[in-house]
Amino acid sequence: MPETVTIIIDGQATQVEVGTTVAAAVLNSGRPVLRRSVAGAPRGALCGMGICFECRVEIDGMAHSRSCQIYCRAGMEVRTDG
Amino acid sequence: MAEALVEHDICIIGAGPAGLAAAAAALERAPAVTIVDDNPQPGGQIWRSDLRKGSHPELRTLQRQLPPERIRWVTSGAVVAAPQPDRLLVETVEGPRLLGYRRLILATGARERFLPFPGWTLPNVTGVGGLQALVKGGLEIAGRRVVIAGSGPLMLAVAAYLRERGATVLAIAEQAPRRRLVRFGLSLLSSPGRLGQAIRLKRQLAGIPYLTDCYPVAADGQEQVKRVILQQGAKIWQVDCDYLACSFHLVPNLELPGLLNCRLDAGRVAVDKHQQTSVPNILCAGEATGVGGLDLSLLEGRIAGYVASGNQAAARRLLGRRDRARRFADLLESTFAPTEVLRELPSDRTIVCRCEDVSLGALRRHQSWRAAKLQTRCGMGPCQGRICGPAVETLLGWRHESIRPPVLATRLENLLATGQAGEPPSNQDWRLE
Repeated sequence: MPETVTIIIDGQATQVEVGTTVAAAVLNSGRPVLRRSVAGAPRGALCGMGICFECRVEIDGMAHSRSCQIYCRAGMEVRTDG
Repeated sequence: MAEALVEHDICIIGAGPAGLAAAAAALERAPAVTIVDDNPQPGGQIWRSDLRKGSHPELRTLQRQLPPERIRWVTSGAVVAAPQPDRLLVETVEGPRLLGYRRLILATGARERFLPFPGWTLPNVTGVGGLQALVKGGLEIAGRRVVIAGSGPLMLAVAAYLRERGATVLAIAEQAPRRRLVRFGLSLLSSPGRLGQAIRLKRQLAGIPYLTDCYPVAADGQEQVKRVILQQGAKIWQVDCDYLACSFHLVPNLELPGLLNCRLDAGRVAVDKHQQTSVPNILCAGEATGVGGLDLSLLEGRIAGYVASGNQAAARRLLGRRDRARRFADLLESTFAPTEVLRELPSDRTIVCRCEDVSLGALRRHQSWRAAKLQTRCGMGPCQGRICGPAVETLLGWRHESIRPPVLATRLENLLATGQAGEPPSNQDWRLE
């Protein structure tokens, strides 16, 4: 069995495999919408490599964190704009 | 104040194939090198580590030539400004760092070219390499229906990867005309290694329709993509899918070379035969000098590493192979260049700048990037024009050239650390985090 950690996504505890990015964890939890655009449109991950900033979410209180570039850590609290 | 790192003779920006090859070559003579990369792990995009498979075998081979005690790694380190000559401001997890160098090797790589079409901003419409990166980071793709569209050989490699991971790849839509691809295919005959790769790929992709002269005209759905409309000639049809992975080949990352005043030419960093840029102590290697794939990146990286460490003789032995690989790069560029028809895909209402929600219609009211930027904020959001820049160039013919610090959205404290916040570009409010 792969090693897992528990993170909190929008208040919901979720088990994820160690080595999972926050973006993948959020998408796997059934939330394709990571943020809302200036005009309120839904947006999700695009480039997967940290340049487009479309996957930004709040992680442990830090707004605008690029979820595709950050690995899940035990107890991490993630907030999407979905 | 920013803490100054120990000054290293040779500093390399980018830990992809070119950067790591440069490091290995330089270390044959130089006692140590510094390597900065904005990703959490080395390998760049092509050797991105995989949750299931661990680090890439070719990366492991190259890393064996890199003794850890002779390398100063700065991972998750984004170069945001060049406050003075031979100094870079790097934002790291621990805060801002000032990095000094005597010779700099830029191996900034490439990114996917995105072109707008109605619906391209919907969640689960991703890049091609973008979707692969997400899956490598743990995104579950087994049983999901994926359409791959756009242009370039990356689509084939990613299709094979996704299929191996259990995805159902419904189609690969290549915008390039068939006659270009035939010419490209024939050129592989003179390159047995590449031909072998192509034949292996063909076997892995058996049963997946590979459609040429074919492109997405729209993606549709409410909160995520549900279907894509494809067009090939006069034929237009709809494919239901869970993901649309779409990008139009690759474009060099020119922000940092541009910030450092390296001369750019036709969308590439201009270099001489020794990978030397127009700035005396700055070299450039890999995709930033023109997208040419792995072999060319490795050769250019090694040449740059040898030249930077004063080992000209070793560099000279690689020049012939590099020049042959460069010709393949030119062929890649002409084969997968966007066709005219792609410029007709977005309507006036289609968003071009995703950061600031600027539509094509809003951009069309202006005559230049500068005017459009001032009036619409296009290209002034967190991505700093990285996504919309190549799109605007294709759609409107404006090249995104004025590069100002910060080259990435950064925290105000980082700019204060260098005094750069005191001189903001005109009409720009810094985006604070």
